[in-house]
Parts: sequence; C-alpha cells; structure tokens
Amino acid sequence: MPDLSASDPAGTGLRIEKLVFRRGDQAVVSIEAFAMDRGAHALVTGPSGCGKTTLLSLIAGLLPIQEGRIELSGEDLGAVAARGPQAMDRFRARRIGLVSQQPMLFGMLGALDNLLIARQLAGLEPDRAACLGLLSQLGLEGLAARRPSALSRGQQQRVALARALVNRPALILADEPTANLDDEHTAQVVRLLQDRARALDANLLIATHDARVREHFDCVLALPGQPRP
Amino acid sequence: MSLWRFAWASLRSRPLMTALTLLLVALGMATVVMVNLVTRQFDERLARDASGIDLVVGAKGSPLQLVLSGVYHLDVPPGNIPFSALAQWRANPMLEQVIPMSLGDSFRGFRLVGTEPEFIALQGARMARGRVFESPMQVVVGARVAEETGLDVGARFVGNHGLAMDGPSHGDATYTVTGVLAANGSVIDRLVLTSLESVWQAHDHGKPAEQAPAGREAHADHSDHRDHSDHEAHDDREITLMLLRYATPLAAVSLPRLINASDRLQAASPAFESARLVSLLGMGADGLRAFGLLILAVAGVSVFAALFQTLSDRRREMALLRLLGASPARLFALLLLEGLLITVIGVVLGLAFGHGVIEWAGRVLIPRGEWPVTGLAFDRVELASIAGALLLGVLASLLPAWLASRTSLADVLANE
Repeated sequence: MPDLSASDPAGTGLRIEKLVFRRGDQAVVSIEAFAMDRGAHALVTGPSGCGKTTLLSLIAGLLPIQEGRIELSGEDLGAVAARGPQAMDRFRARRIGLVSQQPMLFGMLGALDNLLIARQLAGLEPDRAACLGLLSQLGLEGLAARRPSALSRGQQQRVALARALVNRPALILADEPTANLDDEHTAQVVRLLQDRARALDANLLIATHDARVREHFDCVLALPGQPRP
Repeated sequence: MSLWRFAWASLRSRPLMTALTLLLVALGMATVVMVNLVTRQFDERLARDASGIDLVVGAKGSPLQLVLSGVYHLDVPPGNIPFSALAQWRANPMLEQVIPMSLGDSFRGFRLVGTEPEFIALQGARMARGRVFESPMQVVVGARVAEETGLDVGARFVGNHGLAMDGPSHGDATYTVTGVLAANGSVIDRLVLTSLESVWQAHDHGKPAEQAPAGREAHADHSDHRDHSDHEAHDDREITLMLLRYATPLAAVSLPRLINASDRLQAASPAFESARLVSLLGMGADGLRAFGLLILAVAGVSVFAALFQTLSDRRREMALLRLLGASPARLFALLLLEGLLITVIGVVLGLAFGHGVIEWAGRVLIPRGEWPVTGLAFDRVELASIAGALLLGVLASLLPAWLASRTSLADVLANE
C-alpha cells in the first residue's frame, strides 16, 4: 500500500486511512494513508483500471466504504453514510463538486438552470445573481439561457465546472477532465480548475492518466495497476 | 428551479411523446365528461318534465309514444279519446287531479296545446307578464316561444295544422297572446297554451287535429257540428290525452289496469316509460362511457409507456441528479410528478374540451332547445372521474418512478 501523505495531517482538508475497496476477492483500491491540507491540489494517476474512478467514487460517497476511513473537512464519510443515504446525498451536494470527462449537463435546461438545479438539490437558496456571476467569471456571460446543444464543447465543460463550484464545495473532484482535449485546452482546463479551487480555498483532486497534467501538480497519488482477474 | 419546473422541462424535451399522451388523456376525459353531461341532463329533464304526472291516459297504441307526445312533447300522439272520459275520471276518488290536453296544431314549430290553466301550475311555471288565457282563442306562450318568435302580450297569430313547421295554416283561426310564461327550464318553455275550446273552435268540429304516426293530417273526419249547442246535445268532442295525478298510492296498482281494460283508452306511466327509454338509450350511453373509460385506460398505459420507455435513455440524467444530491425518494417524486403533470394537463384539456363541445352543441346544434344541454354544469360523477384519472396517472407512474429511484450511480458512472 503506498503511503503518499502530502503533508502534515493536522488540519487536513482530505484524509484517507487504510482504505480498501474490494470487488469480489480483489482489492480494487488500497491506500494506506493519504492527506491533503485544506486548499491543496493533488493528482491521482495510474493506468486504466487501476481504480482512479473508484477512488473518486468512494470519496464522493457514491460507493460504500468497506474498509478504512475517509475524512473531508474533519467529517468522517463513513459516519455520514451511516446516517442514511439522504445525509450522504446532502453532504455530497454541499461539500463536493464533481467534474467528469463528459460535461454531463441536463440537455433540456439552460446553462443557468443547470446551476440552479444543483443549488436546489443541495437544499440551498437559488441565488440567481450568484449563479449568473459565476457563469460570467467563467466567460459564459450572455449564455445563461442557452441549452447545452447551443453551446460549444468548451462552453459546456465550463458550465459543468460552474455547476461543480456553485455550492462552494470544500473539495473538487475531477475525473479525466482533459481527455480528448488538445494541449492548449488541457492547460486551460487545468488552470481554470486550479484557479477556481484556489478562489474557494477548496481541495482539488484530479484523477487522470494524462501525462500532460502531471507538470501542473506537486502532489501526486500514483495508484499501481491492478492485475485483471 | 423547483422539481415541478424540472419535471415540466423534462416533458417538454420530449414533445411528440408528451403531446400524444396528453391527447389520449384529454380525449378519454372529454368522452367521459360529454357522456356524463348529456345523460345526466337527459335524465334530469325527463324527471322534471314528468314531475307531478303519475299517469297519462290516451288512445290505444304505443305507451311510450303516448308519454313522449303527452309529457315530453316529442312524438305525435297515438290518437284521440272522447272528451266525456274527462268528467268520468275526474269523478274517480282515487285521483287528485286530471288535466286534459289536446294536441295537433303548432305555431312556427312550437306546439299549440289545448289544456286548462292548472297545467301551468303542474309544470311549476309562473307568468312573466300578462295573464292566463280565459276565453277561447287566447294563448299563453312559453319563454322560449316568446324569445324565438317574438310573440308578446297582445300579439295575434294564426296557427298551423300539424306539428311540423310547414303545416297548412288555420287562416280563419286567429289566436291572441294574453300572457308570457317565465322560463323554468321544462318543456312548458316551448309550448303555446290555450284552452280546449280554442282547439275545438280552430277545427270547428270538436276534435283536435289527429297526428297519426303515418303523417295523416288533421281534419280527417269533419263532423257536421257547427256550434257548441250541438256538442251539448250530442257530445262527440275529443281530446288527445289526460294527465293524471293519484290521490292515493292504491291508484297506482288498480287504475292502469282498469283503464287499459277499456276499449278506447290506454294508460301509460311516465316514470315507467321514461325508465324504459333511458334503459334503451342507456345501452348506448353505457357503451360510450365504457369507450371513454377505455381511452382513459389506454391513456394510463400511455403515461406508463412514456415514462418507462424513456427511462433507459434517462439513466444518465437520473444518475446526474443523484450525483448532485437528489435522494432516491426525490427521483421517485420526480417521475411521479411527470406522470401527474401530464395527467393533470390532459384532464384539464379534456374537461375544457368536453364542456366546450357540449356547450357549443347546446347553443348551436340543437334547434329550438328541444333537448337543451349545457356544458356549464358539474357534478359529483365528474369529480369522481377527475379523481379516477389522476389516480390512474399516479398508478401508471409508480413503476417507472420506482425504477428511477433505484438508479445505480456507480453503474452509470462506470459506463460513462
């Protein structure tokens, strides 16, 4: 098990201890210890199938923690999950911003409504002004009413990022956000993620096997490849 | 961005499927509403027009025809009966009231009815203006007659032979309007009432115009009588029928049998005959109602199909909602809302269409309001239909909603 603690665990934003996730007899994810200070950025790397997405799903509470412990901003995710699925859903909605390789927007809603639904599902006030401001900060001024089909791929990705940020999360999880992007756009997306995470003082954890992203990060959690059954 | 708005946006994103489902729900609801409106108002009208009349006595023939002609003024009477029968039955202690009626003539399609002023009270009508007829050739017109023909107090007109609009006119018999009745929604609204003497005088031979089903015209057999003194000496005057009201429940058992045993008279019960008519027509109404319910059931299946079929396409959308914090219960509620929304809109459209069509038919299609219907009526059956349709919408949405609530986030994400 790799021990990749980035720094002093005291006051960490994200902390993982003795985490093991199995499918059948096989451990898909196995991490002895990993910690990030509040506001720190880190990269999760490894070959395809090494468990990057599974790890992000565990941190996001999308998969149950079978063994070990994950803490975010001092809260034990296992304890949150034990309070019931609704508690976990609410925790994820408010504390974690998710960005995936695909923008995954609601096609029937405009850009602004895509942000507003995220606030509504997190049980927060709609705050249209703040949402419009966020869209504007991400260069989407004047596109609030546009549906995803009327936006370029890059604009869709920025709407998805805005939605991940709209609830001011403590942690931004990005799964392969630069896949299929050229060098210039890859750098732009990474810079945007880092800038917005910094603005929110949020942790940023990007799972990728894209070597071009590596240079932007000091802290890297490298997962070893898993033998296929 | 409430869940309602999200559900609505979701439905709008599938316009064809949504429109077809809406159409089915609306058609089913409209059919049920229209059948209900027409049958209920038909039943009410039958009951109201026959109110206070226990038995109709007329010439031998079809009892239904006798009731239709004497109570509802829809058919031609089977024939005439002797005027002497009136005094005979009025003397019967089992009867509280006997009102004679002579039919056969009309004015611009409205029936001219020879009767007595008591008929006005029997129908629960009152004078709007003027006074009741007192002498021969004086008439009181119903509200609808006054409205359509423009007849008012003091107006004079000549009646027509027969009940059709184009019957030959009684050129020598001029009627004078002495009063106009207030509308009361019953058959009296479309009648022109006069005394029996007026009818005899118009025909000048003591017989109302006979309206044989084969279309035989009046004046089939003129007599030689020229004045009433002849009638008194040898009374062969005739009337068309009598409306009877029992004084005792016992009359209902014995009188019809007694009357039907006579050579010339026939008794028909409006309650029985109208029930028979309703049951005959009711088979058609039940068929239409069943058809409406069938469409509603198909609409329910359509709501189910519309939600179920899109579920696989919407797995990503459901997963995204879960990712953003929606609980399984919320996904369940969302699908339920979509089903309910489409049902509610369909029901509202169906109600509007059903009521609109009946109101339009009442105003435009049914001439002279012979069977006036209105779309501006609501009742409990309709409320029950609405509740049933909404329940159907909820039931149709339950399975898709349950499946949506079980969306496995990890599986969907793994496939992304």
